[in-house]
Amino acid sequence: MFLSNDITQNTEMLDRHVVQPADPQHPTILSTEDLHVYYGKKEAIAEGDLRFASNQITALIGPSGSGKSTFLRSLNRMNDRIATVTGRIMYRGVDINQPDIDVYEMRRRVGMVFQRPNPFAKSIYDNIAFALRLRGVTDKHALDEIVETSLKQAALWNQVKDDLNKSALALSGGQAQRLCIARAIAVKPDILLLDEPASALDPVSTSQLEDTLLELKQHYSIIIVTHNMQQAGRISEYTAFFNQGRVLEYDTTSHIFTNPQVQVTSDYVSGNFG
Amino acid sequence: MINPKTQNKIAIGTLYGVAGLVVLILMALLGYILISGLPQLSWHFLTAPAKAFLKGGGVGIQLYNSFYLLILAMLISFPIALGAAIYLYEYAKDNWVTTTIRTAIEILSSLPSVVVGLFGFLFFVVKLNLGFSILSGAFALTFFNLPLLTRSIEDSLRTIDTTQREGGLALGLSRWETVTRVILPAAVPSILTGVILSAGRVFGEAAALIYTAGQSAPALDFTDWNPFNISSPLNPMRPAETLAVHIWKINSEGIMPDAKAISSGSSAVLVLAILLFNFAARYLGKRLYKRLTSA
Repeated sequence: MFLSNDITQNTEMLDRHVVQPADPQHPTILSTEDLHVYYGKKEAIAEGDLRFASNQITALIGPSGSGKSTFLRSLNRMNDRIATVTGRIMYRGVDINQPDIDVYEMRRRVGMVFQRPNPFAKSIYDNIAFALRLRGVTDKHALDEIVETSLKQAALWNQVKDDLNKSALALSGGQAQRLCIARAIAVKPDILLLDEPASALDPVSTSQLEDTLLELKQHYSIIIVTHNMQQAGRISEYTAFFNQGRVLEYDTTSHIFTNPQVQVTSDYVSGNFG
Repeated sequence: MINPKTQNKIAIGTLYGVAGLVVLILMALLGYILISGLPQLSWHFLTAPAKAFLKGGGVGIQLYNSFYLLILAMLISFPIALGAAIYLYEYAKDNWVTTTIRTAIEILSSLPSVVVGLFGFLFFVVKLNLGFSILSGAFALTFFNLPLLTRSIEDSLRTIDTTQREGGLALGLSRWETVTRVILPAAVPSILTGVILSAGRVFGEAAALIYTAGQSAPALDFTDWNPFNISSPLNPMRPAETLAVHIWKINSEGIMPDAKAISSGSSAVLVLAILLFNFAARYLGKRLYKRLTSA
């Protein structure tokens, strides 16, 4: 029923896509302009014009296939070999969607944690340290310190501090996902992209992970894709609602949940579809 | 109409039967080779040079040649196969070029080894003037081995989840760093299994070597390690009959009185060597994996 209304509402709402976070304490750290993603000839995302506030959590929600993961993966160019991304992605005044950008350096500033925990087949210590070693951090003390801080920030230190040389593959799902977060923040990014990081975790681990994210936003700007409405409501300041490859609404989370402007958003957040 | 339960029982029974039959055939084969071969084995048999007309010859030189050729062939083919597999799986786009390469590899891998041997004879032995030599044999074995090794390494890379690659890239590693630091260490046990299997094939190969490494085993002086001397074990330009070729030769034209005994003994040595090699390599693989991944 609402699907037929969608199309008209989409065009009506276009000018609402850009939201400048009004809070001067959290200036924009990352923004997209006129972003389009194509798989071959097929357009997956159109007009994702969003601004992300620093040291805040922004949630990307929407039904499966709405393009929120594709959007997220475009932000640190993980889609480079898979899709064509046009438009600008501005990070600290630089368009990081240009071909001559050093993607490897850029990805160290814009880190990513994936849906399924993917620890490397290495020790817990090496999972965190080896990327640093490759970039010239060889001092044992410096490495020890980074490993410890990262694990502490990811709230994993107390559980693994005696087992740093054991294989990371032996960790539980929740612990492994924390290790992936620790690994991502060890290279000192500005921004953390999380692609449904809790979808493979049990409720207890999920809740611990959410607490960790709330801690982490003091140091990092977080953009998180989630299927879980309650999760978006609990942890995020801003929420963008994706549907059929478009951003239908982008506002403060409380607004999206209590006073959505678009019928589809209202249907989605109240659980009527998706 | 049989009910699903009975159907399932019949299926399981049949599968057990088939599996049992395979094991039985293998055991019978292995048992026959070992029972008829083991009594011939002695230190003398394993180390002494072969005799053409008299009783009491050994297979020392052939055994050494087999290992030397295996090592040389592996040294040449492994880096090439590894590079090709990494290119095909980690870098190449899925287009007609890679499809062509894959088809070529598939066709090469089904080439009869005697054809590879004759090609080696014409190209390496005659055209490149390498003569009947270990080097010609090693090149022929490389041709014989390359397709399967490439396929098996590519399959090993495929077993490593894509999320591992994404994890590496997301940390700002280049594709190459991701492959060498994340993917390869994790794939070592699986790659090693592929190498062992192909090593077994290479070790037991006869047809590709008859016309390339030759059918004669000149006497070797195991105190002379200068690779330029003709009697040096390391000399890659000397003709070198391997154990498998030796078995073929004594069975077709052996005129020593104990030909049958030597053939049985050699077969047992061949089988045992391959078994030993498998176990050793598997053990090494586990150790290596532990060291690389601290699992």
